[in-house]
Amino acid sequence: MADCSSLEKMANTIRQDIITMLTNSCSGHPGGSLSSADILTVLYFHKMRINSKNPKWPDRDRFVMSKGHAAPVLYASLARAGFFDVSELLTLRKLGSILQGHPDYKLTPGVECSTGSLGQGLSIANGMALAGKLDKKDYRVYALIGDGESQEGQIWEAAMASAHYKLDNLCVIQDFNGLQIDGPVEEVMNVKPLPEKWRSFGFNVQEINGHDISEIISAFDKAEEEKGKPSIIIANTIKGKGVSFMEGQCKYHGTPPTKEEGDKCPVQPNHRFFVISTRLVFLTLV
Amino acid sequence: MMGTAAGFALSGKIVFASSFAIFATGRAWEQIRNSIASPNINVKIVGSHSGISVGEDGSSHQALEDIALMRVIPNMKIIVPADAIETEKAVFAAAEIQGPVYIRTSRPKTPVIFNENYEFHLGRGAVIRKGADITIIATGIMLNVALEAAVKLFNQKIDCRVVNMPTIKPIDREIIISSASETGAILTIEEHSIVGGLGSAVAEVLAEENRNAFFKGVGIPDKFGQSGTYEELFAFYGLTSENIMNEVLEILKKKRK
Repeated sequence: MADCSSLEKMANTIRQDIITMLTNSCSGHPGGSLSSADILTVLYFHKMRINSKNPKWPDRDRFVMSKGHAAPVLYASLARAGFFDVSELLTLRKLGSILQGHPDYKLTPGVECSTGSLGQGLSIANGMALAGKLDKKDYRVYALIGDGESQEGQIWEAAMASAHYKLDNLCVIQDFNGLQIDGPVEEVMNVKPLPEKWRSFGFNVQEINGHDISEIISAFDKAEEEKGKPSIIIANTIKGKGVSFMEGQCKYHGTPPTKEEGDKCPVQPNHRFFVISTRLVFLTLV
Repeated sequence: MMGTAAGFALSGKIVFASSFAIFATGRAWEQIRNSIASPNINVKIVGSHSGISVGEDGSSHQALEDIALMRVIPNMKIIVPADAIETEKAVFAAAEIQGPVYIRTSRPKTPVIFNENYEFHLGRGAVIRKGADITIIATGIMLNVALEAAVKLFNQKIDCRVVNMPTIKPIDREIIISSASETGAILTIEEHSIVGGLGSAVAEVLAEENRNAFFKGVGIPDKFGQSGTYEELFAFYGLTSENIMNEVLEILKKKRK
């Protein structure tokens, strides 16, 4: 059985890391990082078969961050999972950093592919899943896509291929936070109805609360049991989740917190972090 | 297709992804840039039906920009084989090289120039015909046309060197520099826009290394293609041995002044 309470604590640690990183970098995307923090926590600390000391282990499960602007949540998860030192997080977006503004396959241990140009990750995940079938390996491929990202035509071209090739080793998670940089997704370019769309494309569809750890775990388990077709988990989430003044605010799609906002320590009150200097270290007191 | 190819390559495969040159390089350019070339992974892109030799299908299907599109992407290597033998050798060479490669092929039946003993070396041009008056550097199916022109010019007592340049990137700087200093004049010929292809690559080397050599780039003159037979289009755009002869004579006039 999963220990939901320790996963919840880890999700909060990751949220704090995100705020610390972005306050320090003075640029980046908090909203979609915070909305997917619980999903990544379940993947990296419960569900995925990975080895942080051997990031290229051939039998590992793969995670594709198709919504590449949510790089901070990926970097915080990888650091906390031991792929590199947590102190690296404070180099986000700085010259020479292993943590680029968007994920870079060459530079960051644990990053499975370079993303950032929206719409491309699901195609890459398809290739990984097809290669797994070809090699008769039992690894699973997870791809996180955005709801705004799903306005890209390539997503649906890839979705058609996932079902055509019966990629039951593929699980897509759609972070449905309802907001994109220019406003509500529904107003910018409506992507609904999503369950019907995915079903008609040949996917096994689940809809969950993307902030409920036990629901997330159970959805991943059900997806794994599905044979003969790919799975999608539509995760209903809140953009900026966990930081009161960011929740549901479009502005925080791509605006980092100011130093003042960051120092207010806005995440859950039973967790504190201290920025001792710009070079350093976070202490998380649970 | 290019995204999925990237996924395969990231899982340890050497991937050959092929489509018409215009779609392989044009439609998927950004996927190639971000998902393949930036991570420097093993996807080998084969653009078929390149250039105007695709013929009657017309401009929409005639890739005249593909070499330029691939040349600006870091980590990308570009091979334009001249015949079936060189194509076969290039495919095996591409599989051996780490990282992305673009191989440009053609639709029409193409004369076979090389024999089975031919050795292909990535990044190296080769002197196919010796000569001292001028160097014609050709790539792809224009090599055969360049050789025809050289034979006809020899009958007029003009001694053309012909260099085959199957790799456009990385370009063979040494053979350009030595040919420029030994013959004093360079003409490039390609079935591609004069912008961004073989001619541009050679001109960049000459601009840095030898500003005394005369240079002329022959190709499609910054225009879209059109429908027609392969032979009609080659005549229309000047990709014939007769036109190469005229261009050579023009350069030699300047050189001898």
